[in-house]
Amino acid sequence: MTNPSTSPAASPPPREREEAAARAQRGRRLHQVARYAPGVLFPLGLLAIWQLYTSAANVDPTVLPEPTRIVEQLFKSRQIAWEHTAQTLKETAVGFTISVVVALLVAVLMDQMGWLRRALYPTLIASQTIPVVAIAPLMIIWFGFGLLPKVLLIVLVTFFPIVVALLDGFAATEREAMDLLRTMGAKRMQIFRLVRFPGALPQMFTGLRISATYAVIAAIFAEYVGAYQGLGIWMSTSKSAFRTDLVFGAITISALISVTLFLLIGVISRFVMPWYYASRRSP
Amino acid sequence: MTETMTPGLGASAEIELRGVSKTFRGTASGDVPVLDNVDFRAAPGEFVSVIGPSGCGKSTLFRLIAGLDVADEGDAELNGEPLDPTDHPVAYMPQKDLLLPWRSVMRNVTLPLEVNGVKRAEAAARATELFPLFGLKGFEKAYPYALSGGMRQRAALMRTVIQERPLMLLDEPFGALDSLTRTEMQEFLLDVWAQFGHTIIFITHDIREAIYLSDRIYVMTARPAQVRMVVEVDIPRPRPLDVIATPRFGELEAGLIHALREENQQQEASR
Repeated sequence: MTNPSTSPAASPPPREREEAAARAQRGRRLHQVARYAPGVLFPLGLLAIWQLYTSAANVDPTVLPEPTRIVEQLFKSRQIAWEHTAQTLKETAVGFTISVVVALLVAVLMDQMGWLRRALYPTLIASQTIPVVAIAPLMIIWFGFGLLPKVLLIVLVTFFPIVVALLDGFAATEREAMDLLRTMGAKRMQIFRLVRFPGALPQMFTGLRISATYAVIAAIFAEYVGAYQGLGIWMSTSKSAFRTDLVFGAITISALISVTLFLLIGVISRFVMPWYYASRRSP
Repeated sequence: MTETMTPGLGASAEIELRGVSKTFRGTASGDVPVLDNVDFRAAPGEFVSVIGPSGCGKSTLFRLIAGLDVADEGDAELNGEPLDPTDHPVAYMPQKDLLLPWRSVMRNVTLPLEVNGVKRAEAAARATELFPLFGLKGFEKAYPYALSGGMRQRAALMRTVIQERPLMLLDEPFGALDSLTRTEMQEFLLDVWAQFGHTIIFITHDIREAIYLSDRIYVMTARPAQVRMVVEVDIPRPRPLDVIATPRFGELEAGLIHALREENQQQEASR
């Protein structure tokens, strides 16, 4: 018997490797600063212009308050602001969680059963063409001022993008990969679990990030037309009281919630699919 | 499944196809006959290559043997018994390495064992024995993106060998590699084969690759593929790399080039 001519890949000595790693890390940190700085500087610049204009032109604060005034007033009303924020957060969390779970179930079933996919797809698309402006007040009429109409509206708005992202991800599975699994003796569900589902994760997270921001908007919209509490109803009452500064305060909070959710899902996706981000970094 | 570590690795099988035909029906260009009355045989432990114009139906032949497609006509026998594809007697290595990017090399290599219900610890133990042989020791936890092309192919080959199937189908496994890596992989494959003694059926476009590796070469015609000729490669083994410079190698190569060129012209003409 011959010994196979293996070629063990040459690896540099440990010290050299450590130094290279440290260098690479410094480089990466610099690179990251350079990458994210513009994204922070741009909105700060806009705020600066806004501030300069409103104070220089002495604009009526009920029309357009200065950014500093918004922050100041928001801080003064922090107790009530927090109560409204908590309500909106609760609705978003409940609605979005339900939406994700149901979307996952439906997408998996639609992927595995062709007839179900053909039956549901047109309705799902149609559901996206329903104007939220029209349906939200009806939901209040049907289901009252409580949690339910908010959750339903969030599901209606976010469900479809998640399902579509998942279905696209499943469909993008290489046929050869499934054939390979079949020759190994894999059953249908094994192929789904081992290849189709993990392969769809990147697409799924893209869908999740987009619909998370929609979820916040949907919650606020539902509150705007009728609620006991929440950022939406707070915006509405503040506007009626000519408290434009508090309207902007509420907008700021909702924007912060959206961005946080967006980033949070990004962090989760890095945790769930480290291989995906690593493979994109390498050439 | 085998009880000890290696006996299955050494098993080999005889495969015989008689009068196999296959037509793809209802494609965009109508019914396309792909295989026409093909006879094919590989003896236990034999290394047989299949060569022919591209698109001639070589891969279809593989899909039939692997049970991914069903022949319209003809018989297939494995060790004298009718071939039952649901038994999965064949380990298949496709053109692309198809390593799953979300799995480490170890988890990729043990995937076929996992599919068949082998416990993770046992699967890992079996794979660990093979890693040094495939030059991947130290890369067990690496992810595929971090590997070179040659390493990826070795991992894919390892995933094929670990299945302990008596018959291995390799579909142009080195087609995408640069020529130096390719030569290394050819030598490597011969070493693995010498060690385990599988029956190997190997699809390639590369005439030299076919001669260097094989005991026998089936030359297929343009589509619908028939067997145009069968060439016995009577060059003794082990074959050093410089065997390609010997007169006998040259003779075989000239004969194959001639046959393939005619078939390629046929294929072009029929388009």
